[in-house]
Amino acid sequence: MAILVIAEHDNSTLKGATLNTLAAATQIGGDIHLLVAGSGCQAVAEQGAAAAGVNKVLCVDAALYEHQLAEDLALLVAECGRDYSHILAPATTNGKNLMPRVAALLDVAQISDIIAVESADSFRRPIYAGNAIATVQSLDPIKVITVRGTGFDPVAASGGSAEVVTLSAVSPAGLSSFVSEEVAESERPELTSARVVISGGRGMGNGENFALLEKVADKLGAAIGASRAAVDAGFVPNDMQVGQTGKIVAPDLYIAVGISGAIQHLAGMKDSKVIVAINKDEEAPIFQVADYGLVADLFSAVPELEQKL
Amino acid sequence: MKVLVAVKRVIDYNVKVRVKSDNTDVDLANVKMALNPFCEIAVEEAVRLKEANVATEVVVVSVGPKACQEQIRTALALGADRGIHIETDTMPESLSVAKLLAKLVEQEQPGLVILGKQSIDSDNNQTGQMLAALTGMSQGTFASRVQVIDGSLNVTREVDGGLQTLALKLPAVVTTDLRLNEPRYAKLPDIMKAKKKPLDVKTPADLGVELRDHTRLLKVETPPVRQAGIKVASVDELVEKLKNEAKVI
Ligand SMILES: Cc1cc2nc3c(=O)[nH]c(=O)nc-3n(C[C@H](O)[C@H](O)[C@H](O)COP(=O)(O)OP(=O)(O)OC[C@H]3O[C@@H](n4cnc5c(N)ncnc54)[C@H](O)[C@@H]3O)c2cc1C
Ligand SMILES: Cc1cc2nc3c(=O)[nH]c(=O)nc-3n(C[C@H](O)[C@H](O)[C@H](O)COP(=O)(O)OP(=O)(O)OC[C@H]3O[C@@H](n4cnc5c(N)ncnc54)[C@H](O)[C@@H]3O)c2cc1C
Repeated sequence: MAILVIAEHDNSTLKGATLNTLAAATQIGGDIHLLVAGSGCQAVAEQGAAAAGVNKVLCVDAALYEHQLAEDLALLVAECGRDYSHILAPATTNGKNLMPRVAALLDVAQISDIIAVESADSFRRPIYAGNAIATVQSLDPIKVITVRGTGFDPVAASGGSAEVVTLSAVSPAGLSSFVSEEVAESERPELTSARVVISGGRGMGNGENFALLEKVADKLGAAIGASRAAVDAGFVPNDMQVGQTGKIVAPDLYIAVGISGAIQHLAGMKDSKVIVAINKDEEAPIFQVADYGLVADLFSAVPELEQKL
Repeated sequence: MKVLVAVKRVIDYNVKVRVKSDNTDVDLANVKMALNPFCEIAVEEAVRLKEANVATEVVVVSVGPKACQEQIRTALALGADRGIHIETDTMPESLSVAKLLAKLVEQEQPGLVILGKQSIDSDNNQTGQMLAALTGMSQGTFASRVQVIDGSLNVTREVDGGLQTLALKLPAVVTTDLRLNEPRYAKLPDIMKAKKKPLDVKTPADLGVELRDHTRLLKVETPPVRQAGIKVASVDELVEKLKNEAKVI
């Protein structure tokens, strides 16, 4: 039996989350095939062929898959996936959108957001905003799984030389079409893979004040995140939200600025190696998880920090 | 257009769960339960569609033990018209919930089904997508904006890179993200009125669905607790610690 991994990409580059997912596949064991479905995605297939552990790349290059619409992609993955023991995708918004649809088409359950592989059919996953860890066994012949990136160190992006096989598209579902997108352009590292993350909360007061964090981020090569309160208040866009219902991060260094530390926020960052909290309220729950807490007004502490780095 | 909303009874989001000492599950005895926050947003969206004369009727459904009727009543107080309780002994897994909902969709023929994107207990984020697959409907997951335009549905979705808008053929399944709307509070007269609204009870057998286990919960554990560290007195001390003790900068 072999494992099918669904590549996350933007038609030109293979996204890092795929490498973490390949690491989970490697732990399960067996031949690993990587499905690259997209439009004009040959370069992605080549990058996939170079990733460690990949035995074969299945490339489906068709306009139909340009925007990764779940209705169309699920038909393809369910068709290609029938003969595999496991189908894995990163627990990104793409993976979360696609994989339950695939699972239902195959009449199997999905195991969401795994953080560890116990055996070929048992996996660990956080529940209740990470306040409990469940070990779940799949009883299905095909295990459909999404993988939380922070649970697995990525495999090497280069060194491999898998063969690339071309497959054709399946019939379109004809249910949905792409209208538009607003993609945040940023020179900064991706939030989910950055070595350092600095996040702002409601305490930032407004969107302009995030410039204070940007200056620190520039010096540290950090990505910038936010609490839900900061996003809801319109300070920053939704893709910056860290937490149970936003992005899950586990950088070497996480700096929380003006964030109180609600359980839903902690769910997204408490596996960071070192946590720093800057908050003017010494009772703020964030200090209960912080390695280094600084009780101070952020409007003086953050500029000073930037200067002293 | 009829709108069907699926709502789940879950632990209140302010409550911190405890794992049972025998590690079989979390302890939900005497814990405050509530309508899943994402489901509340789903109900609100459906009610707003009705207020805007896009929806004609809002039907809420919940799957689970009898106590789920409390959450159906909450949804009725928020403005839904009638409730359906699909009664099961325990909370079935997502695929089973999706199969039950798919049968109900066949009977009720809604133009739109709205679910939460995830429930805050099991954090699965899958039921809506499964329902869409089983019924052959289109899906707009993690929605932050929903508009009916010329018989099709435009859904703006919160995705990793930002926002994406799709046009979906109706009938469609939508799952709600946090910023779709801000749910209203039910007023006392609405809570009283909700008690008189119709609530049907069905069983999986009534719907002709046989439930099967696809997964087994082997154990539930408490994650390693993070110890609080130290308070530093100044920015200088912070920088010094990060450089020389933690060695992360
Ligand atoms: C279903 C659900 C899902 C959720 N998902 C998420 C999620 O994914 N991510 C998330 O973050 N939240 C999430 N939340 C929200 C969460 O419960 C909190 O409301 C939110 O995290 C609070 O954000 P905050 O810490 O920025 O704001 P607050 O709690 O208001 O804290 C602001 C902090 O800033 C400090 N402060 C103010 N001014 C200054 C200053 N000048 N200097 C220094 N400190 C200052 C204050 O002392 C305070 O501690 C969710 C909630 C629900 C119900
Ligand atoms: C303490 C606990 C222990 C559990 N143990 C097990 C176990 O051992 N094995 C097992 O298979 N399952 C178990 N479950 C059930 C299972 O985890 C979920 O309830 C089930 O998988 C439904 O998925 P979800 O709630 O994560 O759905 P999600 O996909 O996260 O929910 C998305 C949306 O789907 C809708 N929805 C989901 N469930 C319902 C429902 N019941 N009625 C109406 N609408 C709904 C809601 O709109 C919700 O917002 C347990 C649940 C709990 C609370």
